[in-house]
Amino acid sequence: MNRLAVELPGLSLKNPIMPASGCFGFGREYARFYDLSVLGAIMIKATTLEPRFGNPTPRVAETPSGMLNAIGLQNPGLEKVMKEELPWLAQFDVPIIANIAGSTMEEYVEVAKHISQAPNVCALELNISCPNVKKGGIAFGTVPEIAAELTKLVKEVSEVPVYVKLSPNVTNIVEMAKAIEAAGADGLTMINTLLGMRIDVKTAKPILANQTGGLSGPAIKPIAIRMIYEVSQAVSLPIIGMGGIQSAEDVIEFFYAGASAVAIGTANFIDPFVCPNIIAELPTLLDKLGIGHISECTGRSWKKGERSVYCGA
Amino acid sequence: MKRENMVIVRHKQLAKNIYEITLSGHLVEEMNEPGQFVHVKVSSQANPLLRRPLSLCHINKKACECTIIYRKEGIGTTLLAEKRPGETVDVLGPLGNGFPLDAAAKGKRALLVGGGIGIPPLYELAKRLVEKGVAVTNVLGFQTKETVFYEQEFAAFGETYVATADGSYGAKGFVTDVINEREISFDVLYACGPKPMLKALEQAFPHKNVYLSLEERMGCGIGACFACVCRVPGSETAYKKVCSDGPVFKAGEVVL
Repeated sequence: MNRLAVELPGLSLKNPIMPASGCFGFGREYARFYDLSVLGAIMIKATTLEPRFGNPTPRVAETPSGMLNAIGLQNPGLEKVMKEELPWLAQFDVPIIANIAGSTMEEYVEVAKHISQAPNVCALELNISCPNVKKGGIAFGTVPEIAAELTKLVKEVSEVPVYVKLSPNVTNIVEMAKAIEAAGADGLTMINTLLGMRIDVKTAKPILANQTGGLSGPAIKPIAIRMIYEVSQAVSLPIIGMGGIQSAEDVIEFFYAGASAVAIGTANFIDPFVCPNIIAELPTLLDKLGIGHISECTGRSWKKGERSVYCGA
Repeated sequence: MKRENMVIVRHKQLAKNIYEITLSGHLVEEMNEPGQFVHVKVSSQANPLLRRPLSLCHINKKACECTIIYRKEGIGTTLLAEKRPGETVDVLGPLGNGFPLDAAAKGKRALLVGGGIGIPPLYELAKRLVEKGVAVTNVLGFQTKETVFYEQEFAAFGETYVATADGSYGAKGFVTDVINEREISFDVLYACGPKPMLKALEQAFPHKNVYLSLEERMGCGIGACFACVCRVPGSETAYKKVCSDGPVFKAGEVVL
């Protein structure tokens, strides 16, 4: 029995560990460090209809136990991703989750229609944290009705299950999750980065050229845990959890909160081997915790009748 | 490219806020090009979170040692400055593409221009160029006398001029002033330093063979995060990554 194997809509994962979108490019850089087939899945960098250069630099700023980024969705565009990146990734025995982004609903739909036809794309991840240019730049993911409408439109054209990536920059994440579930999403991924800012003490100006950026890293882990804990009890969709994971213990914590799989983002920048290392460490940790299969961990923090199972030294 | 906990064998202060650290480990076997860098994690904790890109100053394969010179400035380099010989640091590398030695043939003249903490990678370059029979002239720029380092070390390889912005040591002014006043002639120019200095050199020698090493805030250091990109002239979408396509570029290859 593979005690790490997880079944999710569209995804048969040999283990529940995958690099998060935007932190792994299209895999080429990390393939120089290890065989990408060891991964549960790969969430590729957000793809838009046309190529995007992204924001001016500086694009990153460090914060206590975290980092801010404002890359600006730099990517080679749908055509190049379809012709070059996805075929290259096909050499690995690993399902691809294609993260898609856009400035208009039409753009999302167009990208979803085409990219979901690629043979190795097993699911879509809908990045709803982008500004909606037709609505004055308000992010799609901050208004439940708009997020739901976008989910519905993408679902109509997608050939594969659709996971919606929730933005934590909302007042009520449960309300958002419920609206997206009602719109027909197959799963949720959470959380995206938190909007933040740093100002240079010498110049009195923002460090990021974009002024604000998305906060990631261990600093946001408690927020991710809380949000997954709340959302997983309110909806019946599977959740791929993310936000500051650095270790096998962190993975288990996300499962206990309610996740069924996890993605690792910023930690890849610090240790390129973090994903394979965590995959290798998980069975030992399950032994220590007296758990047979990792799926038994999902929601253990809130499920009734579940006792603490810790029996290790 | 490997990851290793390298052992600190020597660590000393060279000038105001300028430190020289010598590391020992198998990673040195992988180090070949002057101008490459390593990505250093100074703390095993999550704060500071990211690695620090630091350029290689001297590669000593025989002793399995490499030397890095850095400026103590933020929390990362302040923590690094507190490390003692015998302790280890987590190093990923070597990363990036260094200065092309082939650009200067035996018997030709190379001008090496460094500004501040951009000077260290030119040391290994000067050594290698001299080894292959290239005549080297060095022009080193600093802010002020207190921050001057490695003047003697560079002088061992060739004629060396020092300029300080405030005139407290050597010539007063910028490296470009020294090059003009001394009418230094060269076949190839290699430079590393602040962007305004690199721009000035690019503009001053549009028809020369010029190689520039760029510095940029980095995330991963291996080309995955797209933090350190720069534009390519004449294109809206084309880009190069400083970490994995650079940090050394031919003048004109990227927009400074």
